[in-house]
Amino acid sequence: MSTATAGPARRRRARSREERGIGSSILLHGTLIVASLIALFPIVWLVLTSLKPRDGWLSSELKFFDNSSLDNYTRVLTETQFPNWLLNSVIIAGLTTVIGVFLASTTGYAISRFRFPGYRGVMWMLLITQMFPVAILIVPLYNLMAGLGLLNQIPGLVIAYMTVAVPFCAWMMKGYFDSIPREIDQAGMIDGLTPFGTFWRVILPLARPSIAVTAFYSFMTAWGEVAYASVFMTGEETRTLAAGLQQFVGQHWSDWGLLTASAVLIALPAAVVFLLVQRHLVAGLTAGATKS
Amino acid sequence: MATSTGRVTGTARDRAAGADGARGRGRPKKAGPVRRSMSQHWYAWAMVAPVVVVTAALIGWPLVRGVYLSLTDATEATMGRTIGVNVIPSTYGFTGLDNYVDILTSGLFWDKLIWTVVWTVACVGLHYGLGLGLALLLNRKMRLRSVYRLMLILPWAIPSFVAAFIWRYLYNSDYGVINAMLKAAGLGAVGWLDDPTTAKLAVIAVNVWVGVPFMMVAMLGGLQSIPGELYEAAEVDGATPWQRFRHITVPGLRIVSSTVVLLGTIWTFNMFPLIFLITGGGPGSSTEILVTYAYREAFTGIRNYSGSAAWGVIILLLLVVMALVYRRALRKQGEVW
Repeated sequence: MSTATAGPARRRRARSREERGIGSSILLHGTLIVASLIALFPIVWLVLTSLKPRDGWLSSELKFFDNSSLDNYTRVLTETQFPNWLLNSVIIAGLTTVIGVFLASTTGYAISRFRFPGYRGVMWMLLITQMFPVAILIVPLYNLMAGLGLLNQIPGLVIAYMTVAVPFCAWMMKGYFDSIPREIDQAGMIDGLTPFGTFWRVILPLARPSIAVTAFYSFMTAWGEVAYASVFMTGEETRTLAAGLQQFVGQHWSDWGLLTASAVLIALPAAVVFLLVQRHLVAGLTAGATKS
Repeated sequence: MATSTGRVTGTARDRAAGADGARGRGRPKKAGPVRRSMSQHWYAWAMVAPVVVVTAALIGWPLVRGVYLSLTDATEATMGRTIGVNVIPSTYGFTGLDNYVDILTSGLFWDKLIWTVVWTVACVGLHYGLGLGLALLLNRKMRLRSVYRLMLILPWAIPSFVAAFIWRYLYNSDYGVINAMLKAAGLGAVGWLDDPTTAKLAVIAVNVWVGVPFMMVAMLGGLQSIPGELYEAAEVDGATPWQRFRHITVPGLRIVSSTVVLLGTIWTFNMFPLIFLITGGGPGSSTEILVTYAYREAFTGIRNYSGSAAWGVIILLLLVVMALVYRRALRKQGEVW
């Protein structure tokens, strides 16, 4: 790629690796443009379809614009249970995230820093619970919820989501804490802080971006969960979005106009939050105050 | 359950881990009598306690119950329930390993297993390869870099169930844009989701679309954490780009890679929403992976709780075996835990 230009002595380190010939520049940008188009196209098409009139989705011709209107949006917001579902999803995913992050943060720190009897056990537990197929827990949990009268109740689904969120958050945070140099803890300890004090006063503030990322992940997981939601929330008004949207494109009746409009409404806030935290998505993975 | 065994063996192993010169902070190597280890480790235990308790209650108990159910003939009809004030007692009984024998001797299971493995390997391989490739491209200084990154990350910002619906519409044989484009190009329409082979390709494509951004971001993070001095030094020593990649980038990415590949494999293996929402397992049951099949057993028709639980146990065992093998492989390369 850049060997040709690397010849003469360059003092600035970045230079030689970052200079390119025109050919490789075109190739680089070309590849990225194609990849970006593939990444973007389905989303763009979704938005375009949602803006078509009521039966616009039924056209088999390739038309980008077709009497744009907000008809589908007004129908979704006024004629369906969509607002209810949205509210349910927000509450459930929010609760799951807050509780999950809260419970998992200390564990992430402990398994990142300490080697204690039971360490391996906890690591294995976290790893294995990540693997739990929906199939094995869903039936017992379903029966449990039925027994407790928590079917079609928000707390029921939140509890079910804990089974996913807690191990996941702990695992994620361990990774993040690993990237914070130990010298920082040691400094805290030398200054007379207890392990808890170090965690609370020193590490947690440093790890804030990572916690945001973990929270975001677990929010998205709960937000997009389908299997539990489809079984646990069956009442017309208690569905979450993931379960509810299936109603729009059922076996006997489908209305892609409704579906695309609601998909845009769901994806929009998610994408906005995503863009706000996306800098931390990378930063969080490599966070650390000093390079070790 | 994992914890209790972990704790018993933990002491002995902990010593071994310490002796390995683990990255640990040199906690004393011997866990002495209970009291000493209590005073040394109580804070660590206190810190992991919340997760252990929650996991035991929410996962441990249902797991035990699931395993028990898998040994019975429980179905919707035999399961006890309460209708109004009437309590109907359970009538299912213990049947031993019947469910497992039924499953393992059915051709269906092996079909599903093969497809699940193909699906997982194809998806994770493509995720990783494309993710790493794009990360390498994005890790250079160039114009529009942040714009590209933003666009490439976007599929990740779309919740997976929404992505599933989007793609189902794109694939739609009558109104889908993919067929519209094919027609515009003078080719015939394809019933993407109506034929087993194209349906399989279709779901893999969607999962790749959904999953690459995560890998890309993880890899980009890994790349950026590799100190630039290493490349500098290599360049001074006259290393070719390939040598730099092979001897600096690859080892530098190993820890990130091992984690994301393992997680990716598990997620893909258990990837429920995409297949459930795009093809519903169809046509027939050709795109049904193990997890969606088990779900179908449990919640359609007469709900076969015990059969579904047995499928669940088998899937879990497969994954645990896989993780063991994977960990062993990592350990050979010197990973700590």
